[in-house]
Amino acid sequence: MKNEKILKSNNIPLYMVIFSVVVLTMPLWLEPIGAAYPDLLQKFAIFGIFAVGFNILFGLTGYLSFGHATFLGVGSYTAVWSFKLLTMNVLPAIIFSMVLAGIFALLIGYISLRRSGIYFSILTLAFAQMSYNLAYSVLTPITNGETGLQLSKNDPRVVDGLFVEVGQGIPSTNLFGLEMSGYQGFYFCAVLLIIAFYISLKIFNSPFGLNLRAIKSNQTRMSYTGYNTKPYLLAAFVISGMFAGLAGGLLAVTDPLAGAERMQWTASGEVVLMTILGGVGTLLGPLLGVGIIKYLENIFSSIGVKELGDFFSFVPDSMHAFVVDFSSLFVGEGWHLTLGLLFMIIVIFLPGGIMQGFDKIKNLMSKKDKE
Amino acid sequence: MDTIIIQLLNGLDKGGAYALIALGLTLVFGTLGVVNFAHGALFMLGAFCAVSMHQLLTISKSVKDESIKFFDAFKEQPYLEIWWGDTGTAIIDYSVPISILLAIPLMLAIGIAMERGLIRHFYRRTHAEQILVTFGLAIVLQEIIRHFYGANPIPTPAPATFSGSAPVGSLVGLGENVVYPWWRLIYLGFSLSIIGAVFAFLKYTTFGLVVRAGMADRDMVGLLGINIERRFTIVFGIATIVAGLAGVMYAPILPPDYHMGMDFLVLSFVVVVVGGMGSLEGAVFAGFLLGILQSFAAMNEVKSILPGIDQIIIYLVAVIVLLVKPRGLMGKKGVFED
Repeated sequence: MKNEKILKSNNIPLYMVIFSVVVLTMPLWLEPIGAAYPDLLQKFAIFGIFAVGFNILFGLTGYLSFGHATFLGVGSYTAVWSFKLLTMNVLPAIIFSMVLAGIFALLIGYISLRRSGIYFSILTLAFAQMSYNLAYSVLTPITNGETGLQLSKNDPRVVDGLFVEVGQGIPSTNLFGLEMSGYQGFYFCAVLLIIAFYISLKIFNSPFGLNLRAIKSNQTRMSYTGYNTKPYLLAAFVISGMFAGLAGGLLAVTDPLAGAERMQWTASGEVVLMTILGGVGTLLGPLLGVGIIKYLENIFSSIGVKELGDFFSFVPDSMHAFVVDFSSLFVGEGWHLTLGLLFMIIVIFLPGGIMQGFDKIKNLMSKKDKE
Repeated sequence: MDTIIIQLLNGLDKGGAYALIALGLTLVFGTLGVVNFAHGALFMLGAFCAVSMHQLLTISKSVKDESIKFFDAFKEQPYLEIWWGDTGTAIIDYSVPISILLAIPLMLAIGIAMERGLIRHFYRRTHAEQILVTFGLAIVLQEIIRHFYGANPIPTPAPATFSGSAPVGSLVGLGENVVYPWWRLIYLGFSLSIIGAVFAFLKYTTFGLVVRAGMADRDMVGLLGINIERRFTIVFGIATIVAGLAGVMYAPILPPDYHMGMDFLVLSFVVVVVGGMGSLEGAVFAGFLLGILQSFAAMNEVKSILPGIDQIIIYLVAVIVLLVKPRGLMGKKGVFED
């Protein structure tokens, strides 16, 4: 980790403009690779927020949390409850999601951060499993257990009841009348992603961010210089928990349904994978990771044996069946196998993720220039 | 009284599985200094050794069913029965114990390959990276199993002799009501003897002596001119075998499916941490302790007072132990503290 600021402050506006344009035009430039449909775009933006938040904790402080999916789940449940009880407007829903996830993060973080290293990972994992198990069993009145929390026609929706006539069927989520599905949903998430990214950029460049990086490089020395590291860590934990809560809330906004499986520790593992794949502690890395994993997941899991057969039609007949069989291991249901392999390869050869790969290429190029 | 005994036994066989997995985990921690998130997957592979052996032995051919006279009915009859009659049936019946013979060399090979191929290169990397790469490996292993065996649990029967219940109550004079499945009793005895074997191996052999020395101060042992790396490979192999055997024998208790390893992994990690990282006695003790606590928390009497406690008891204990005794119950000073 380099100790210089990632960006010079006067470059930030330009950087943000470029970033915003790139994010908002995703429907255009993702068209050629077939990824430009609302469902997937929403996922890019939502998990982008999740990973950006996770990166604030893991990337800056080096504390590996294995329980971040808890906050995602809490966010989703809160948002759905807000839809059920108050209004279908999404603003209160995501605000409540962030607040409640923040409170959860404060409690869990306060206890977990008393330890560091692998013990911290185990503690967060333990809390995540507790929340997951409780959501499945005793908290069924709140979480609706295995079925998952859903909207129904008979929900009170107190605030909506004051202004809007009760219509037929289940109303859809909206932002002051603008329906939050399809591209509108995506643009809403994208705007929030841009805001989240801006906050993370500010944190990376702030003295607070520097403190966090100092904790990562040498916590003992940090406390010898008179810093109490705990409040900084807790703040980072809560912020990243709130990002996760926001992402959870948005998941519920685009599809008003919340299930406990969102809180399972493998879901926490997924965000770790995304962050690592892109590059821990870099600004853009986590977003790259999200894009790649969600895109590949989408492509690979939809490929079946028939598509493989067509794809490998150039292979000689004698080998054809074998090649198709072998590659069917990696697609469709077996997509996770590809993910696991990809992940191992990244950790083994490029611990800094794809961003490190870029750096290496850049270094090679500049060396060639000199010669 | 009866219910307490039954819950105690219930906890002990589960605790046996936890203890076996945790023992291997902590052995690898203590010696190699590697956090192995793929250890649960090894347990799962062991269970699938039993499944494969059962399927291998029951490879069948269609034969005409003589008992049905009205039309031509066919039934599947395993080749073993066709060739050897009753002996064949007996062999099939004992497929789970027989698969131990398959599991030992197979798991050893897997363990050595894993250590040489992957783990060895991660000795000097950070714990986070070790966790991540083994987590990836665990995903790969379980997905391979899912590809070949499907996603559903595969019931694997225990030998018929042991399928009934043992009249534990009348044996110790506590009344007829206390009965307990034979196979679970056997599992308990099996896990105890494996644990005993591992401890004896470490305590009474020269090899074990060196390994224990390596756990205490690995660089020093290296300086004394002992090829510690080669021994670590074998230690890893032993840990793999222990996890595999735990899985083989657990197959009749819990029908194996591809993600059983992940489920057990999280629990065994908690067990290791509660027992104290790198402490073998701690892992065994904590394994049985948490198994028993879990089964007592599942009693209706307890659940009516504290609803949901059965779901979280293990994690709750872990949180408390970690905060009150940071080193775990039996952790030694200087091992994995930070």
